[in-house]
Amino acid sequence: MIEEKFDAIVVGAGMAGNAAALTMAQRGMKVLQLERGEYSGSKNVQGAILYADMLEKLIPDFRDDAPLERHLVEQRFWMMDDRSHVGLHYRSEDFNEQSPNRYTIIRAQFDKWFSKKVQEAGAVVLCETTVVELVKDSFGKVIGVRTDRSGGLIRADVVVIAEGVTGLLGTRAGLREIPKPENTALAVKEMHFMPRETIESRFNLKGDEGMVIEAAGTISRGMTGMGFIYSNKECVSIGMGCLVSDFQRTGETPYGLLDAFKRHPSVAPLIEGSEVKEYSAHLIPEGGFKAIPQLYGDGWVVVGDAAQLNNAIHREGSNLAMTSGRIAGEAIFQLRSRREEMTEQNLALYKEMLDKSFVIKDLKKYKDMPALLHTQSQNFFLTYPQLVNKAMQSFVRVDGTPKVEKEKKTIRSFVNARSWFGLFADGFRLARAWR
Amino acid sequence: MHIVVCIKQVPDSAQIRVHPVTNTIMRQGVPTIINPYDLFAIEEALRLRDKLGGQVTILTMGPPMAEDTLRKALTFGADRAVLLTDRFFAGSDTLATTFALAAAIRKIGDTFGPVDIVFTGKQTIDGDTAQVGPGIAKRLGLTQLTYVSRIADVDGEARTIKVERRAEGGVQELATKMPCLITMLEGTNEIRRGSMNDALRASRAEIVKWSAADAGIEDTAKCGLRGSPTIVKKVFAPSPRATKATMVEPGDATPAEALIAEIFKQQPELESKLMTLARGY
Repeated sequence: MIEEKFDAIVVGAGMAGNAAALTMAQRGMKVLQLERGEYSGSKNVQGAILYADMLEKLIPDFRDDAPLERHLVEQRFWMMDDRSHVGLHYRSEDFNEQSPNRYTIIRAQFDKWFSKKVQEAGAVVLCETTVVELVKDSFGKVIGVRTDRSGGLIRADVVVIAEGVTGLLGTRAGLREIPKPENTALAVKEMHFMPRETIESRFNLKGDEGMVIEAAGTISRGMTGMGFIYSNKECVSIGMGCLVSDFQRTGETPYGLLDAFKRHPSVAPLIEGSEVKEYSAHLIPEGGFKAIPQLYGDGWVVVGDAAQLNNAIHREGSNLAMTSGRIAGEAIFQLRSRREEMTEQNLALYKEMLDKSFVIKDLKKYKDMPALLHTQSQNFFLTYPQLVNKAMQSFVRVDGTPKVEKEKKTIRSFVNARSWFGLFADGFRLARAWR
Repeated sequence: MHIVVCIKQVPDSAQIRVHPVTNTIMRQGVPTIINPYDLFAIEEALRLRDKLGGQVTILTMGPPMAEDTLRKALTFGADRAVLLTDRFFAGSDTLATTFALAAAIRKIGDTFGPVDIVFTGKQTIDGDTAQVGPGIAKRLGLTQLTYVSRIADVDGEARTIKVERRAEGGVQELATKMPCLITMLEGTNEIRRGSMNDALRASRAEIVKWSAADAGIEDTAKCGLRGSPTIVKKVFAPSPRATKATMVEPGDATPAEALIAEIFKQQPELESKLMTLARGY
């Protein structure tokens, strides 16, 4: 056994773990953070977009030295069929502000920087160390962890589990269930390198401006999923993700989908001549509010992806992770300063505080969305995109057909595909799930 | 027993890129690792210490960021780490490097106790010279045992050491007196996974940082670029071979005959030249 006892052990050095470790270390707590990767960020995969607000709450002056790629000035949503896309683009000069709101980042670099801040705050950060077991006492209270290094149990008053989406540690300890395939997406991503100037001219950017494209439609072949293209300084991240259960059902492959997405006539010119230098894959928790497990217990709390805190509709995850990590850290510090034990009853404070934050409020708002998109994936990801693209083409193509006839034909195509009842039902269900 | 292990921080060759225009190695953003050959030296040193007692000091010369490399070496269980860092050392070739390291080893002996064995790896993966180990031995007047595959016996009392050394055509058994310098061959052991205690200690350990002056180096003209007579005239990437290998089917002929026939077929002038020469005999 290691003689030394810590105030808190944080398992994992991703966004949630780093936020929790930083919050507690900044407040003078004795924190040990354990990460299985070679360094913080070495195992992490994300698009990635960073939301400034949540990081500001942890590191107010992060813009001074954080490795940021581009601040976003433009957002494009694409609804795609096999040969075309209907787009909604929003671009604003307002985003060229003093303190921009969203940035593209490269996680491997960003997390390294984040981890440095954690170390500077005084936490002991040990990488290449895998936690293999949560150790409980005879009353079932978590009293520490065991790692894959020799030396046995390391004790702590509380363990913050920030182990990420797969969550082997928590599931093995019986704290929560293994994530279900229909609540988990598998995303693949490639980094395409090309000169700065090429990126800027192709995406209509100048300086450090950036843009993102988020695309859904026939690219996911009727499965619940989407594609994305994010502009970094000297490379473009391009990826695709779909629910694991859909991959199981259809036998489609993630790289097959990404390949087709890259070859799509709307996408291919954007990445032409680039060099792929990196590819990666990761799971994303997408079950939403209904999939959130028990968040605390005797001697432990769970944060970030491991707690399924991810907003699939708004494609937000890292900010929920960061915020849940920070709130867990704050709750633990509050208990500690009141000299209270880290019992299940007391740690309920973490959930109380989290419930009041945007994290749980947002997830609650969309609690019916995952199920709707999952059960209606054929309609939302195949039928409607095709109909909308066809309608758009009919609208813009000038061929001597009277407009009245064109409109009738378009409406007929929708009704034939889904029936009047189906259209109303889809609209109603979507509106209700959104509300 | 006091053992010093010299290690080097090198760019991870698995992730290195060559600049497409200038052909130079792009070190920027490439993660660094402990020179893989040095891991065998570290492990062997730790094994000797575990068996005979004493301490292991890890030494490197490099920029301040080389501290990460030393900290990693400490997680394996080494007792202390010394970083020799000074702008005077920038641009050192092997001559200047051995000058600085030899001075630092002398200083380590003065500060932390007499040194019995200096270990290095066989060579580095970025320079590939295999000169630094022998260079240090020469400067410090140590017996050098290079390409050592096994340490057969160490007698702390008599201060003697017996090792096996891989040589062309076989294995040599060598015996000498300590202090000595050993360059360790790859594949001779496997680096250990440090215990939790070692890892915790390493994460908080104070790395000893010495400037040229701290290491007792007065003549800085012998350091860094100024002290390096080696000149890199040109760096280039070899052009890929244009011609592909030809497969020769011997058929009825012997393989040698078939091969000669194929060579003559491809280079008829070679055949006539050889025939002319052969006629003289």
